[in-house]
Amino acid sequence: MKLIRSIYEWLDERLDLGELSAPLRHKTVPVHYHSVWYYLGGITLFLFGVQVVTGILLLLYYRPGVNEAFESVQYIVTRVQFGWLIRSIHSWAANLMVFTAFIHMFSVLFLRAYRRPREMTWVSGMLLLFLTMGFGFSGYLLPWNELAYFATQVGTDIVGQVPVIGHPLMVFLRGGEDVSGATLSRFFGFHVAVLPGITVALLAIHLFLIQRQGISVPPGMEAAANALAYLRKHDPAAAELWLQRAGFPEQRSMKFFPNFFLRELMAWYVALGVLGALAALFPWELGTKADPFAPAPAGIKPEWYFMFMFQTLKLIPAKVGPIDGELLGIGLFGVAGGIWLLLPFLNLQGKGRRSQLVMGLGIFALTYMIAMTIYGYLAK
Amino acid sequence: MDIWRSDRTGLLLVLGWLLSAGAWTAAAQNSCVDCHSVLDPPLKVSAEQHAVDIHTQKGLTCVSCHGGDPEAMDESSMSKAKGFRGKITRKDIPNLCGSCHSDTAYMRQHNPSLRTDQLSQYRTSIHGKRLAMGDTKVAVCVDCHGVHGIRAASDTLSSIHPLKIANTCSRCHADAAYMKQYKIPTDQFAGYSASVHHEAMTVRGDLSAPTCSSCHGNHGAAPPGISAVEAVCSTCHVVQAGLFDKSPHKKAFAESALPGCITCHSNHRVLRPNDSWVGRGDESTCVSCHVEGDKGFSVAMELRKRLAALELAITNSDATLKAAEQSGMEVSEVKLEQDQARDALTKARVTLHSVQLGLVDEDINAGMKVAAKTQVASTAALKERDFRRFGLGLSLIAILAMVIGLRLTITMIEKNGNR
Repeated sequence: MKLIRSIYEWLDERLDLGELSAPLRHKTVPVHYHSVWYYLGGITLFLFGVQVVTGILLLLYYRPGVNEAFESVQYIVTRVQFGWLIRSIHSWAANLMVFTAFIHMFSVLFLRAYRRPREMTWVSGMLLLFLTMGFGFSGYLLPWNELAYFATQVGTDIVGQVPVIGHPLMVFLRGGEDVSGATLSRFFGFHVAVLPGITVALLAIHLFLIQRQGISVPPGMEAAANALAYLRKHDPAAAELWLQRAGFPEQRSMKFFPNFFLRELMAWYVALGVLGALAALFPWELGTKADPFAPAPAGIKPEWYFMFMFQTLKLIPAKVGPIDGELLGIGLFGVAGGIWLLLPFLNLQGKGRRSQLVMGLGIFALTYMIAMTIYGYLAK
Repeated sequence: MDIWRSDRTGLLLVLGWLLSAGAWTAAAQNSCVDCHSVLDPPLKVSAEQHAVDIHTQKGLTCVSCHGGDPEAMDESSMSKAKGFRGKITRKDIPNLCGSCHSDTAYMRQHNPSLRTDQLSQYRTSIHGKRLAMGDTKVAVCVDCHGVHGIRAASDTLSSIHPLKIANTCSRCHADAAYMKQYKIPTDQFAGYSASVHHEAMTVRGDLSAPTCSSCHGNHGAAPPGISAVEAVCSTCHVVQAGLFDKSPHKKAFAESALPGCITCHSNHRVLRPNDSWVGRGDESTCVSCHVEGDKGFSVAMELRKRLAALELAITNSDATLKAAEQSGMEVSEVKLEQDQARDALTKARVTLHSVQLGLVDEDINAGMKVAAKTQVASTAALKERDFRRFGLGLSLIAILAMVIGLRLTITMIEKNGNR
């Protein structure tokens, strides 16, 4: 401890760390019944960190290329010391990260934390969620195994259905008309350079906004706190009486550092335990090497987080009136994604019916996604 | 109006004349089919049969076989004066067909790749010989190829397509009443239907798999003699035949007039062999000749022992490998290696046709070596799995300790009023 203190003092003398860490020391986190959801963003951030570290380690041995990708991953999981653990953690953490990012998004939605003045935080968070899915899609192909190859073919085919820009976009993603070595090189580039670069920039913005604006509390609690503050200012006795009669607890908060930070650290350790257990007990399967000339195996399915979209597209008839069914599905998902991204700007926040509409939409979306995902896995 | 009406009448007359002339021309081209398509069997020949017939497609007509004059619209078309031969008798059919099919120059114009020795082969067949003796019950060309509506052998609807040949032969050879006078068995088709050859042909769709004509010949059909059996089987099973030739069985079978391969494998009912055919036991083929105490019997028992040992080694290794794979261990390379052990077992099963322990041992030992190696690799994979689980246990304990430590730290901090 003495050594750490000496190092800190040495650095503080030169960098004035006290001033830099002042916002963190003064930052507080609201404490209420729904505080537990505040940990989800942090857990997602932790899993992103795990991805970065394990991803860099995998890069030491991974070789992008039709003739080497599968073999290099096979080498990693069979020959490299603890290679299996790194690869398995990378794959499991990717899935857990998508999962926690979705829960984080829905918790923000249901706690109405997207409302003014946090519109930009919501938009940056949604973009980060899209990027996370992009990471998943591009990373899935990298081991160049059979399932990933055909799932990528189906996924990029769907992109090709988008009117006007669909085909050029598909060719851009694939690096040609078909999924090939060029696609693998591109996806590798997206996965290890393009997406991480954009993600880090957006993440910095996202964290800066949270730091700058503080953590949101649900609107009901915020209104009650404001009313209490007003009463205390103008009629302290009435405020006390209201507190007693309504049984409304005074809004509490805890310091971000060290109180919330240590709790977050606990959550990270729990996440690490879950991750380790999954990686050790259920090592991520490698499958068989992709063979572009082989027929597609039956029951090709995308990663679970794309399943609700995939299943929906499967269920839409080939033609809905004069419109192509698949095109209609892609259009609907595009519109839904756009609405979701711009939700804070649609003037739906506040009280009453408009607020209920957002809650209804959120519940519908969540139920729909869960139901379609289950249906997708059960359907033959 | 009058002018128009007269013009219209004239037009109708011209049209009527054209139609009737067209119909007459068409009828003149094939009056045989016009009549025979509406007759009752056996005189019926449908327009469809006529159209799909390979001969029609090559430009031949009814006259080519039956003679007559199809342009005559009355019964004179079938007069002897016009060369009408009527129904061809069964004994004349081979010669009639052979009149074209044995003519090399003629056949070259239509199908240069088709053989022209069918008739000469037929004459050497049991069918041909009996026909020459006056037995018209035996198969002639039309019994297998059909009469009208004959299709090329490559046509899947043809009665002589590889998939259909066994059924075609069975129409007579599985008919006990029809075959009664010949005093030969009629269970060939039933036996073949249960055989590996039939399975390969119908289940796996392997059209090169043997059917009746592969062993008996088609036009020169005859049962292979005792001395010919091995030669027939060895057209496909070359390695087994070579090993058999080197084996003591070769001489012993010849001396006992045993027909080579089929002594153990049967002729039509060629079942998938298994190791219980070797050694002793209900399914053993060895005990049909060998008795306990003779040299052959002890060799058979040794062979069985060796095969069983390798199979057991592979099964054990497979079980460990499966357990490792189910635990999520990456063992695809070991699995690939294990295939070599299975290949060695298959090879040993082939080599045992030599009935020489030394030769079989080479394959058995090679397989045992691979199985031992994969067993070690699978066991190592299971140990690695246990190591991982142990490591996980330790890690979880450390993580739990950290979580408890953090919780205590938080409690301590908050107890001191730092909220």
